[in-house]
Amino acid sequence: MNPGSEPDFRSQIEALRPYLIRYASLQLRNREAAEDAVQETLLAALSAERSFEGRSNLRTWLTGILKHKVIDAIRRASRESPLPGEDADSAAADFDALFDERDHWREHPNPWEDPDGALHQKQFLQALEACLAGLPARTAQAFMLREHAGLDTDEICKELAITSTHCWVLLYRARMALRLCLEKTWFGK
Amino acid sequence: MNLSCKRATELMSLEQDRDLTFAEWTALKAHLAICRGCRAVSGQFKFLRRALRQLLEEK
Repeated sequence: MNPGSEPDFRSQIEALRPYLIRYASLQLRNREAAEDAVQETLLAALSAERSFEGRSNLRTWLTGILKHKVIDAIRRASRESPLPGEDADSAAADFDALFDERDHWREHPNPWEDPDGALHQKQFLQALEACLAGLPARTAQAFMLREHAGLDTDEICKELAITSTHCWVLLYRARMALRLCLEKTWFGK
Repeated sequence: MNLSCKRATELMSLEQDRDLTFAEWTALKAHLAICRGCRAVSGQFKFLRRALRQLLEEK
């Protein structure tokens, strides 16, 4: 083995730490937990350098490891201190106001203007991040497990110890809340 | 069956997480054909998924 390769690999990995911490923070919403998950990821990566050899993208490889660490952390957190189950109900009133007594729109939503153009704007992504941070904890966890980690609802139910119906309700609430939030803070301007 | 807009939004979300049953799917498509508000929201839900992907790519 080339003796010069080790510190180099280490510093390449280290350079990605800030990216990984931001990624983990988005999902765990807790800086300390995010740093722990990243630390575990970097240690795992260092001990598995050989399995990286020949792969082209270090960031993708590390993110793949981190994803599992984040899921472990969410699983641990939801076992150690189960979140109160009120998330689903507390947000209901917000959306009920959108609909009339026959459950039709009080005000018809309009399509957003050039949403895909927004995807390339840094400020838009910041607005999206702020909207995500505003979601209730359990709603956000379910949504992140679905959209970030790509778990299906059966797996999410298992990780969060909730029923599949509850899971679908949480995902619905996440999408409705994000839609409203983006409309308010970005597309409605 | 004529869906309410609220039920239509629930099905649009559900559609991103599991396959709809044939009955759910036909009811949703029939509703979307006549409801521009729900069509807008349908596009926005799909956009949210793309936006989340982009957020991770950028970081």
